[in-house]
Order: sequence, then structure tokens, then C-alpha cells
Amino acid sequence: MAVLEVKKIKKSFGGLDVLKDVSFSLEEGQVLTIIGSSGSGKTTLLRCLNFLETADEGQILVNGKLLTGSHLTEEQIRENRLHFGLVFQNFNLFPQYTVLQNITLAPTLLKQGSQEEIQKKAMELLDKVGLTQKKDAYPCQLSGGQQQRVAIARALALNPQVLCFDEPTSALDPELTGEVLRVIRGLKEQNTTMIVVTHEMDFARSVADVVIYMADGVIEEMGTPEEVFDHPVSEKTRHFIQGTQQAF
Amino acid sequence: MFVPVTMQLLGGFWETLKVFSLTLLFSLPLGLVVSFGSMSKFTPLRVLVKGFVWIIRGTPLMLQLIIIFYGPGLVFGLPAMPRFTATILAFTINYACYFSEIYRGGIESIPKGQYEAGQVLGMTKSQIFFKVVLLQVIKRILAPISNEVITLVKDTSLARIIGIYEIIWAGESFIKKGLIWPLFYTGIFYLVFSGLLTIFFGRMEKKLDYFRG
Ligand SMILES: Nc1ncnc2c1ncn2[C@@H]1O[C@H](COP(=O)(O)OP(=O)(O)OP(=O)(O)O)[C@@H](O)[C@H]1O
Ligand SMILES: [Mg+2]
Repeated sequence: MAVLEVKKIKKSFGGLDVLKDVSFSLEEGQVLTIIGSSGSGKTTLLRCLNFLETADEGQILVNGKLLTGSHLTEEQIRENRLHFGLVFQNFNLFPQYTVLQNITLAPTLLKQGSQEEIQKKAMELLDKVGLTQKKDAYPCQLSGGQQQRVAIARALALNPQVLCFDEPTSALDPELTGEVLRVIRGLKEQNTTMIVVTHEMDFARSVADVVIYMADGVIEEMGTPEEVFDHPVSEKTRHFIQGTQQAF
Repeated sequence: MFVPVTMQLLGGFWETLKVFSLTLLFSLPLGLVVSFGSMSKFTPLRVLVKGFVWIIRGTPLMLQLIIIFYGPGLVFGLPAMPRFTATILAFTINYACYFSEIYRGGIESIPKGQYEAGQVLGMTKSQIFFKVVLLQVIKRILAPISNEVITLVKDTSLARIIGIYEIIWAGESFIKKGLIWPLFYTGIFYLVFSGLLTIFFGRMEKKLDYFRG
């Protein structure tokens, strides 16, 4: 059974239809990358999955459980969110807390185990992202790439079923993107189910099990990396892929 | 003459200090409540609160003092409030409104991403406010708050208009004995007190220097 099923999601802002009937599903351990030009609705889709926006129509199911509906209480929305993690473009670490505290804050507030367990888990996650020796540093003392790795560890601390990334490297200097992409690749090896919105075409292709090309609020093309990048069916997709290749 | 003058001024200064500290005690938290009102999504409440803040900030504290002390008796025939209670009431309302605007500016300056990061991590609204946002707001508003607090030190002298025997009144009472220096002496009280507050706020700012944001 699919971990995540998204059915006919629609979202508009004012009169602007940003998502028009978006449907897809994702199996456990799969990595989905989403590419598409600016304004095509990629961020909005991730925000709907994390309930930062409420989809106007459509359903979101995780492990068969329906998470969307019209009469959800704030409490229910908060619980539903925990199925997903989100790593932001600009990290959004909490500046007044150390690296370790950034990771342990939410599990502590949500009472997910004893303080010892939470600390131990956080240290394991820091090890995973290669920042054990920075555990007592404050975000302002870290490079962008290091901050993004902390943000990844922070999201993982709550064991989300699906971890979403919104252009995790686009706020970084080019020489720092590699370290973040390597962490994401490492997570794939450990079977983390992920959705990655990215403009890094080589990465989108190499890390993905499934690729979605979005255009104007619809899934224009969906398939394996080979299908989407090498043999796109849609003219629009072909155009977009060619455009990104010519850029280099 | 020095010792009796000092004793007299200390008596006045005690009143000044009481007005100062009780005003802060009540107006700092009340200001937060007012700021939430002025940011409310419920339009009637927001308009009401903003209108109230406009009136309080747009009229002299001296006028508010007089109205609060004499108003209830003249308009509704109520028994007069004790002078001191009226003073604290007027100062608290006035300062809460000023603080509320500082809080609002601070709260609104926190990037949306901080709230969203907290939301995505499953925190409740109040956890986000108290555990994520508040300290960042405090760091940002410390300088304007310290300005306001030092202004309050000097504003306490207005309380004499409804008969609070504060330090300047105490100093002035020596004029009829032909002494001017007690008035300068009161100035020294103010300088020392606001100097101490400046040092205190400087320390607080240093304490919050460890993070940027
Ligand atoms: N809160 C909002 N209010 C109004 N319009 C919005 C809002 N959020 C997004 N939009 C609009 O929705 C459209 C899609 O935005 P979205 O951020 O999802 O695009 P994107 O694919 O992530 O683009 P980019 O690659 O630039 O990040 C844009 O036209 C944007 O202006
Ligand atoms: Mg985007």
C-alpha cells in the first residue's frame, strides 16, 4: 500500500488557481522529486501537504488514513502535520537555541519519550548529518549548508512518514550544496520516504524513483527519471528539460 | 540642613519609586494583552483597541490623570478613588498602550518562517509564542522598552497634579525657605536612578547578544 496518496488537490488564492487537480501516490522508501518553472505551484503543494495551507478540495491520505476534511480542529491539524516533515528553503532554525536544542525542542514539547531518549536520538541524528562537534553552536555560527543539515536533523527528530524539502539548496552558495545533497542521498539509502522540490536537475534525476514535472498547477508529466528526462511525452516537459540543459 | 533635606527628598522619592514600580508591574503584561487586541483578526476588537490606543497616546498623561481622578465622581457621582490608586490606574493604562505598540512592532517583525517552522514541528500556538518567538521579540524590543522605562522615571512627577507627594514636590517645598539647591538635589536622584536603569538594560542587551535574529 502507498504511504502517501494525494487525490485531486485543488488550491486557489483569490482568483488564481495555483493547484488544479493534483494527484499522485508514493510508496514507502521512495523518493519523489518535483521540478517545474517558477510559479508552477511546487511550494504550494508542499505547504498543503504540511497543512500550512488548506487545500480547497481533494484528499490527502497517509497509510490509508484520511487527513483532510472540512471540520478539523486545530488539534487534529496539528496531529496530521506530524505525518510530514518540512525542510525550508531558508532553514528557519530557531536562533536562540543551540544546534542540539533546535533538534530536541519539539520532541520535548510533544513529550516524545524521556529527556535521555530525546537527547540520545538527537545526537544520533547529528551524527547522521555530520555535525556532532557543532552540537553547542548557535545557528548564527554555522554556514548555510550546516544550518540546512541541522534543519534536516530537526525534521527527522519527529520521525515523519514523509519528509518534504522545498528547494533545500537554493539559498546556499554553490560550493555548499553538495554537503546537503549528500545528506539527502544518505537518507534515501536508509529508506526515508521523501519529496524533494529542486532546481538541481542532475540531483533531481539521480536521487529520484519518481519525477514530477509541474506546470501551471498541474502535473504535466510523471514517471521514472529516464521517462521524464530522456523520453518526455509532453511537449512542455521536453521544452523545460531542454531549457535547463542549455543553461549550462 | 543637608540631612533633613535628604530625609524629606527620600520620602518623596519613595512615592516616586512606588508609582514607577507598580506602573511597570501592571503595564508590562497589560501591554501584551493590548497588543494582542490590536493584532486581532476580529475586526471590531482590533478597531476598538487601536482607537483606544490612539486616544491614550494622543492625549497628555496629565489630562488622563485628572480625568481618572475627578471624572467618576463628577460624571457618575461615585466616591472619589484614593489618589494613589487613581495615579497607578492612569499610569498603567497610559504605559500599557505605549508598550503595546512596541510589542506589536516586535512581534510583527519576526519572520513568518519562525512560526511555520514551529507549526510544522507540531507545536501549539502558545508553544510557538512562548518557546520560539518571545525571546526573539524581547531582544528586538529591549532598546525601545528601555527608552520608555526611562521616560516613566521622569513622568512620575506628573502625579503631583492629583496630590501625590513625589520627589519634585518635596524639593520644591524648600523654596519658601529660600533654598534652591534641594531642587538640584532632586535632579541627582533622577540621574542616578536612570543611570542605574541604563546599566541594567545594557546588561540585558549583552545577555541576549549570544544569538542573532
Ligand atoms: N499566499 C499566497 N497568496 C497569493 N498567491 C500566492 C500565495 N502563495 C503562492 N501564491 C501564488 O501561487 C503561485 C504558485 O506559487 P508557488 O510558490 O507554489 O510556486 P513555486 O512553484 O514554488 O515557484 P518557485 O519555483 O518560484 O518557488 C504563484 O503565482 C504565487 O504568486
Ligand atoms: Mg517555491
